[in-house]
Amino acid sequence: MSVTAKTLSLHLGLIAVLFALQFILGPYQQGNIARIMVLATYAIGYNVLFGYTGLLSLGHAMFFCAGMYGLAIPMYHFSVPAELAFLMALAIGAGFSLLVGLLALRTIGVAFMIVTLMFAQAVYLIILYAAEWTRGDEGFVLVQSTRTLFGVDLTDDTAKYAAALVLFATALLFTLWLVRAPTGRVLIAVRENEDRASLLGYDIHRHKLIAVVISGTISAAAGAGYALLFGNTGSTFATVQYSILPLLWVLLGGAGTVLGPFLGTLFMYYLIDYAADVTNAYMLIAGAALVALTLFAPTGIAGTVRKHLWRWLP
Amino acid sequence: MLLQTHGLSRYFAGITANEDVDFDLQKGEIRALIGPNGAGKTTFTSMVIGRLAPSKGSIIFEGQDITHLPAHERVRLGMAYTFQITSVFANLSVFENVALAARRKMRAKDATLTAHVTELLEKVGLAGRGEDLASDLSYGHQRLLEIAMGLASAPKLLILDEPTQGLAEAEIAAFKSLVRSLVPETTVLLIEHNMSVVMELADTITVLNAGQTLAFGTPSEVQANAAVQSAYLGGSEDA
Repeated sequence: MSVTAKTLSLHLGLIAVLFALQFILGPYQQGNIARIMVLATYAIGYNVLFGYTGLLSLGHAMFFCAGMYGLAIPMYHFSVPAELAFLMALAIGAGFSLLVGLLALRTIGVAFMIVTLMFAQAVYLIILYAAEWTRGDEGFVLVQSTRTLFGVDLTDDTAKYAAALVLFATALLFTLWLVRAPTGRVLIAVRENEDRASLLGYDIHRHKLIAVVISGTISAAAGAGYALLFGNTGSTFATVQYSILPLLWVLLGGAGTVLGPFLGTLFMYYLIDYAADVTNAYMLIAGAALVALTLFAPTGIAGTVRKHLWRWLP
Repeated sequence: MLLQTHGLSRYFAGITANEDVDFDLQKGEIRALIGPNGAGKTTFTSMVIGRLAPSKGSIIFEGQDITHLPAHERVRLGMAYTFQITSVFANLSVFENVALAARRKMRAKDATLTAHVTELLEKVGLAGRGEDLASDLSYGHQRLLEIAMGLASAPKLLILDEPTQGLAEAEIAAFKSLVRSLVPETTVLLIEHNMSVVMELADTITVLNAGQTLAFGTPSEVQANAAVQSAYLGGSEDA
């Protein structure tokens, strides 16, 4: 089998497995997997910037929230239909990430981390400040009857699962295409050796900006999807925690691999889920697992598979 | 005239790395840039390619003032540079290293690109190594990979910073014939310590010493130059 054939069968295979799972799983697990798929979409967005381009952002929650509120505010306050609101959220996510990129990419390294962190804090404070629109801390719940897409009621479990799968599969296949396309390969070159890439004639700044916009827009799509499928918003989603989570998911699953974000999200979601059954100090168990993985598999799950088993893994 | 510099100077916190370097490079020639360690050779070429901003002076490439252009745009105009300290994409395959260099210019179909990259790898003597990681190559082979990457964009000016360092004798011989085969389509600026390579390849030589041009001429003129001998060659052609 050629590399392309192997790659396609693996990634389409995952989507097929996720599709089949809904017939096997009970409603509780089905809900979990739907949530994991939406959060994994967020991680996929994060991975484009961190895993493939080598830029560590500590403020991606702002993009997630740009999508979340970009969809929820038009729907809640202006009764915009969900289809249009979703497109608005994507446009807001893209525009906002372009703006953030233009400003934050004037810095590099640690300064870039701090600047993105600060921007995200500003977004968090704006969400609290604009409580009239956002209801601040407690957020608001999207009215059930408005949560329909092309006539499909997204509060229904099966429809919710299907919508989450479509969102996730789109993001997954898009990044799979991207990292094998010329532009994606330049992003990898920027990550590997910026100086060299520039001396091959590539505009480093432009490629980093492209990465921020793609990453921010996918994260915004995940935020919009989350609000639409699970119905709630809230300033919690803008806190530092939601900027750190995608970093952890991507590190666990394997930075710079297409499957990594999903594997990491899945692993950590269930790790915390099971640890919470065992003890109240469930973050202690999660933390220990994280330390162990970092020590013994520093390239993450998919990264370790690529290192020892499938070198062709994109 | 392909490349000119006028009064090119660079100071590092009071240390003069280059002072008033006037430099002319004709199309199609092989020019060697030599000088003792610390003469300012790498500083000079770094300014030419755009990795380092000059303190003063100007750089003209094909009649266009490029003094303030960023490096990637100079590369787009037809310059290529191979690093003195090997700077390949260590975690990517040898093939992808060259493909990255070739892809910008030829938005070609995969098959054409593959053929082009394969040909380049053959040309520099890395045939069959495409699937290996660049970091798995020996140091000398990484130097050859650098050269393949430099050639991939079919540059008008190829700047080679100490390309034969770490190469075996046989590889140096192959390198010489490779460079000879590039002219006159490509103009070559060669920084080199290996005097036999310089004397055999170069049409003309510029000698830098303490950041300034000390001498210029054909290999035999430079060898005969008393100032050069005292500064650098020490009277022997096999330095």
